[in-house]
Amino acid sequence: MKVDRRSFLGLGLGAAAGVAVSPATWKLMDDSSIWTQNWPWTPVPSDGEVTFDETVCGLCSGNCGISVRKIDGRPVKIEGTKGHPINDGGVCLHGLCALQYLHDPSRIKSPLIKIDGAWKKATWEEALAHAAKALGDIRKAGKANAIACITENDKGTIPGLFKRLTTVLGSNNHYTMNTMGKTWSNTIEAINGTKADVGFDLKNSDLILSFGTGFIEGWGSPVYNFQVNAQRKSSGAKLIQVEARLSNTAAGADTWVPAKPGTEADLALAICGVLITTGRYDKKTIQNDAAFKAFAKMVQEQYAPAKMARITGIDVAAIQKLAMAFADAKTPIAIAGKGKGDSAGSTREFAAVYALNCLVGNINAPGGVWLMEKDPGEVWPSIEMDAMATAGITQTKLVGTDSVDNLMAMVTASATSPVEALLVYNANPCYTLKNAKAVTEAVKKIPFVISFSSYMDETTQLANVVLPSHMFLERREDLPLLGPVPLDITALSQPMIAPLFDTRHPGDSVLSLAAAMAGSVAASFPWETYDACLEAVKAPVWETLSESGAVVKESVTLVEKTDSMDFSLLLTDAAAIEAGGDEASYPLVLIPVDNIRLTGGIAASPFAVKTVSDTVIKGTDGFVEINPVTADKLRLSQGDKVLVTTPVGSATVKVNLFDGIMPGVVAMAQGLGHAMAENLYVGGKGVNVNELLGPVMDAISGLDAAWGIRAKISKV
Amino acid sequence: MSKLEEKTENGSTDSLETGVSEEQKAEGDSGVGTGVLFFIAAFAVCFLSGWLLFPNLLYSKKEQPFSFNHALHVEEMGGCDSCHYFREDGSFAGIPKLAQCVDCHAEVMGDTEDEAIFVAEYVEKEKEVPWLIYSEQPDCVFFSHSAHVVGAQMDCVSCHGHIGESTTMKPYEENRITGYSRDIWGKNAWGFKKNSWDRMKMDDCAECHEKETGSKGACFQCHK
Repeated sequence: MKVDRRSFLGLGLGAAAGVAVSPATWKLMDDSSIWTQNWPWTPVPSDGEVTFDETVCGLCSGNCGISVRKIDGRPVKIEGTKGHPINDGGVCLHGLCALQYLHDPSRIKSPLIKIDGAWKKATWEEALAHAAKALGDIRKAGKANAIACITENDKGTIPGLFKRLTTVLGSNNHYTMNTMGKTWSNTIEAINGTKADVGFDLKNSDLILSFGTGFIEGWGSPVYNFQVNAQRKSSGAKLIQVEARLSNTAAGADTWVPAKPGTEADLALAICGVLITTGRYDKKTIQNDAAFKAFAKMVQEQYAPAKMARITGIDVAAIQKLAMAFADAKTPIAIAGKGKGDSAGSTREFAAVYALNCLVGNINAPGGVWLMEKDPGEVWPSIEMDAMATAGITQTKLVGTDSVDNLMAMVTASATSPVEALLVYNANPCYTLKNAKAVTEAVKKIPFVISFSSYMDETTQLANVVLPSHMFLERREDLPLLGPVPLDITALSQPMIAPLFDTRHPGDSVLSLAAAMAGSVAASFPWETYDACLEAVKAPVWETLSESGAVVKESVTLVEKTDSMDFSLLLTDAAAIEAGGDEASYPLVLIPVDNIRLTGGIAASPFAVKTVSDTVIKGTDGFVEINPVTADKLRLSQGDKVLVTTPVGSATVKVNLFDGIMPGVVAMAQGLGHAMAENLYVGGKGVNVNELLGPVMDAISGLDAAWGIRAKISKV
Repeated sequence: MSKLEEKTENGSTDSLETGVSEEQKAEGDSGVGTGVLFFIAAFAVCFLSGWLLFPNLLYSKKEQPFSFNHALHVEEMGGCDSCHYFREDGSFAGIPKLAQCVDCHAEVMGDTEDEAIFVAEYVEKEKEVPWLIYSEQPDCVFFSHSAHVVGAQMDCVSCHGHIGESTTMKPYEENRITGYSRDIWGKNAWGFKKNSWDRMKMDDCAECHEKETGSKGACFQCHK
């Protein structure tokens, strides 16, 4: 038998025919098609029982009620809780994708100790012992008051525990980050003579006169404001936005008043003057005493519309029209607090805006400004102070005001840091404070830094020990409402998932740290766990809080309004806050812009960043907004790479031409330029505008009130 | 001079071809015969491989974590829905979770080895049993049990057969290409079926839909 090509032909044909009449070909075709539709490497979420659990969003002070949708106990989606007094089913995009913060790549997975500049994974016992030894050594050296602690705010039991720890260690140096709430409280205390939290009854107002607030861009309790804004369509309430830039709030307002940046107080006082001159103010509620007369004289003489037109850039007729619109409204309200209200702002501006409200008699009235007295419903047991603590606490606070900026400036100015140990919880001063690079250098000078962050943020990167916290979806915590909403609510958040990593509840971390320090420090924290502490401290309201998940006061307790108002702070110390830098070297003014899609101290989630326009961030390039007229003078076009220089720093960004920004003013977005290497989605994108801005201390509050800085731009 | 050149010298190439064909003529029958033989051999090998070897190569056999006696449970518990129930929201619970089993099996109840494994390995360790699901459809298919069982009043047997009467679990045969169970295509390699529960392919869905509703249905009804 000779094997030739016919044999091979026969073999091939035979094989083909054999396969064709067997199921192999047809089955393989089917299987291949199924395979192409179900790539084995594509993750498929597992199926299971759908449940909903309710908690409170802890991303900002808005305190929205959120429902977490779970599949077999695994959180998969977040929605707003229907019927919730703050957000009634609404949720912002950050709350909506808060699960991304749970799985954020920059989450800290275990306690860390820095050895020779490198992080070393540690057990909780090691990390706590390391921190306790450092704090103990400082106390033994008689420097207890050199221990400082920074928390975002001082409301609720977790900040309460940090404050208590600071005191028990023997230090006066507990500081909180700035918010507009601080300045509002200070202003009310100065004018009305009583301490109070501010609440704006925007839902019942028919005219909102907003001085630069990011009313629908994250100001106050963001979702509450979205709903107030949406309600304007049916209620017919008007919104007037005073702002140098056509923000989303300005674009959605009925009237946009583009006053020069930093002249909001001048405009408010000019309107006050018109109201008084024309007699269109509430004579019933304002006592015509010496203080008021002095105020009336001042605004009429020093803030005459003709003079203010030059300063604010708003013409006389427009100022008068604004004043009449405000006077004609049934329930007008004026609000202040720039952008999201994450900065302290100028006391003069807040006082001027408060004066406007006083003139229309809306203090403690429906649709007006409410002076609220909030009872925290907490009972703290007494503390034990040893000799080291007593010696420390009798010393004076390092800086007089509750200002982290001043504390950092003091560290910068000293050859050796007066702060020997710094505890940081829920704050990221190295990113959020102005002149962030100088703050970073100051924190580097502090010999021992303990961070309680959940994320490897800019401040935590400089820490010596990290005692990582559960993120908000992993923990129970009392959350008092801090936004300027006319409601008194303390909510109780609940863990939605077992902790993913080797982290601890920040309350438990404080208790363990105190226990590790033994003696009177440990004795001042008599609770086994944070849960036990929460129940004991919140005893007066615990039954309601634990059973219904929130204490909602049916009616808010209001502080009595004084008829005789003291406007003296506007008469003295009332210089306007100026942008830093000389005009000759820096002909432009740079202002920061808050964007609802970006966040402050905590880096925005990947989803949120993806929604940011490519005129704000494109790839890793940030942008500076310039009016085409300004750009023409500088011979700049859209997309040009430029160097923005301020007296504080410089950064390379791209040009975005925007007709909505005033000529001579340029703007950059807040919330970009995070130096977070682990987070590839957010880290290293754009520029942190706080590295270009510098703090300007308010003469009255002692807090940073900078709204911008002088700048120059050159093509790269 | 080569043979070819020599022949070309002598005349046209026609004479060359004629010469070759004459040579082959003598072996002609045997050449075709070899081809046919090879054809038949290759056909037989491939045909038999396609039928017998291929299905065995295509599927890998996996054993369930332990065997489960459906018949016994049906007898003790009642119908299928006592374990495979609809949740309050109408979704189908599918294979019971450990929490349900623990209601009865917190401790060993019977004397079978399988139950002992279940209690020791899963109940005591609070670990879900990694059951291999014979009827798991690819992820690109959306299927609502509620629409079929509650809406159309179909019984479980129509699709799942008489699994409720089984006393042991057969090995799970996983398709090496798709990763899905052999029961979706059916035991028969050609996909022939005798009963409605022998296959769970799209054509089977369409066949029943056409019969019951007059339409095979639209793509997006299932492929959402």
